[in-house]
Amino acid sequence: MNGRITTLNRLQRGIVPLVLLAVFALSPLVLKQYALILLTNTFMYIILAVSWSMFSGPTGYISLAPAAFFGAGVYTSAVLGFALPFPLIVITGGLASFCMAFLVGALTLRLRGIYFVMFTFGLVELLLNFVLWWEVTVTGTTGRVVPPLGNTTVFYFMLAILACLLLTAFRLKHSKYGFALQSIGQGEEAAAHTGIHVTALKMNTFALSAFFMGAAGVVMATRWTYIDPRIAFNPTLSFLPVLMAIFGGLGQLYGPIIGAAIFTYLEEFLITRFPYHYMLIFGITMVIAIRYLPDGLVGLVQKAWKQWSRRKHGAAQG
Amino acid sequence: MALLKGEKVTRYFGGLAAVFDVSFEVQQGEALGLIGPNGAGKTTLFNLISAALTPRPGAIYFKGRKITGLSPYRICRMGVARTFQTVKVFPDLPVLTNVMLGASFGASPGLSWGDAAEEASEILEFVELSAVRDTPAGELTLANQKRLEVARALATRPDLLLLDEIMEGLNPTEIARSMELIRSIRGRGVTIIMIEHVMKAIMNLCDRIMVLHHGSKLAEGTPGEIAASDEVIRVYLGERAHAGS
Repeated sequence: MNGRITTLNRLQRGIVPLVLLAVFALSPLVLKQYALILLTNTFMYIILAVSWSMFSGPTGYISLAPAAFFGAGVYTSAVLGFALPFPLIVITGGLASFCMAFLVGALTLRLRGIYFVMFTFGLVELLLNFVLWWEVTVTGTTGRVVPPLGNTTVFYFMLAILACLLLTAFRLKHSKYGFALQSIGQGEEAAAHTGIHVTALKMNTFALSAFFMGAAGVVMATRWTYIDPRIAFNPTLSFLPVLMAIFGGLGQLYGPIIGAAIFTYLEEFLITRFPYHYMLIFGITMVIAIRYLPDGLVGLVQKAWKQWSRRKHGAAQG
Repeated sequence: MALLKGEKVTRYFGGLAAVFDVSFEVQQGEALGLIGPNGAGKTTLFNLISAALTPRPGAIYFKGRKITGLSPYRICRMGVARTFQTVKVFPDLPVLTNVMLGASFGASPGLSWGDAAEEASEILEFVELSAVRDTPAGELTLANQKRLEVARALATRPDLLLLDEIMEGLNPTEIARSMELIRSIRGRGVTIIMIEHVMKAIMNLCDRIMVLHHGSKLAEGTPGEIAASDEVIRVYLGERAHAGS
């Protein structure tokens, strides 16, 4: 009986994502352009939030570098243009971010707490100003044009990156390395003395998460078509994914997904309704969420579910 | 050849010599007790052996190989495991997972996650924690958290086990159980160095005792010799007797 349930569970686990993937893959056939673009945007934020939480969730190292890695992808896209087949550009952009994160990780992952947060955020500003300086003094421009790809193509690329990311994040979380990452977050010294190569694991995971951010940047650039350093290295793209992931809940893989989906929609809604106050409302929502939902939305639902089932259980017994 | 050898091991914190010019040898299969007043440098010596700190100057050899300057994870995989004075279990992870990490990463070669589960179950059986295997480690009693640290260390298949005050804060029953556990670990052929203030345990379990005082080695010998040493009584044992009276 028990065995049957677990195989059934495992089957369901595999089927649900596949069905979802199929639904999304077919959605451009029925969706209007606006909905398709909104969905692409949502995917982008989900990619940033999930890849961020892949590293920062278990380890507790709060990185504010997503915008730097995303921006590296955007610029890869702009520089390479049509020089390579597009899928190769996506991979190149991902690798560029991967290498950058690996180097940055080597320098900064010794830092703990607020120092790490500050350094990673400084990286975004550093890259922004460096590229700005480079473009003005060396190439003599500030902006670049990225060849457009078309909304449907962009959508499919984003979906493909998202699917790869979710598969990677899921496999990582349930592997021994996933547990090792958690142990680092709960006691780095003890982890090192338990035989875990703490530095290598942190650097590789940090770089892996940056790969997906970079890849998403490459794809997004083709939708924006015109980019400059301030668009590419927009600090908001460092904060939003973090807030979304925390809002959704870091304990489960679907936490950041739900958080990102809700927030993308909320942003869209607020921008159109309250163009001048939307950031303010956004911020207040965030403060309330962090103050009253320490385990995120998913944590809240889990808690409510536990209480409800306990009450039901108690009633049945009584 | 000694399993572990320290040559003039020294470590300063600022101007203070936490450990100064300490040389020692530990033979295969031996149990060495490390005692001394608070602040004598016992835990610092553990940190130097397990590579949390690097001796400057001085050198440490394990199985004849110089291990000074290696990373903690390498030392662990070579066969030196430790526990911590203030317990450092992974609080949100289940007890079993705590131990599996040791088996999967600390042993050499590391076990696959599946094999690690099997090995960890056996070790939990050995330290009598099977009943709480699925409990988050942070919810255990102090005595059980200390046992869990021993289990996690054992999972790395050590040749040398460093036990840092695993009886501190335990009640007499728990201390008796703890002593039993150390005996059975010795029965597995694991060499032990233990820091402990519970003299009954040190005297009963150790073949040899080393006394540290202000970072330097004050005395070394069998439990009988140490108990009879005037100097040791003056700086350490006597002090305690006074405090107790």
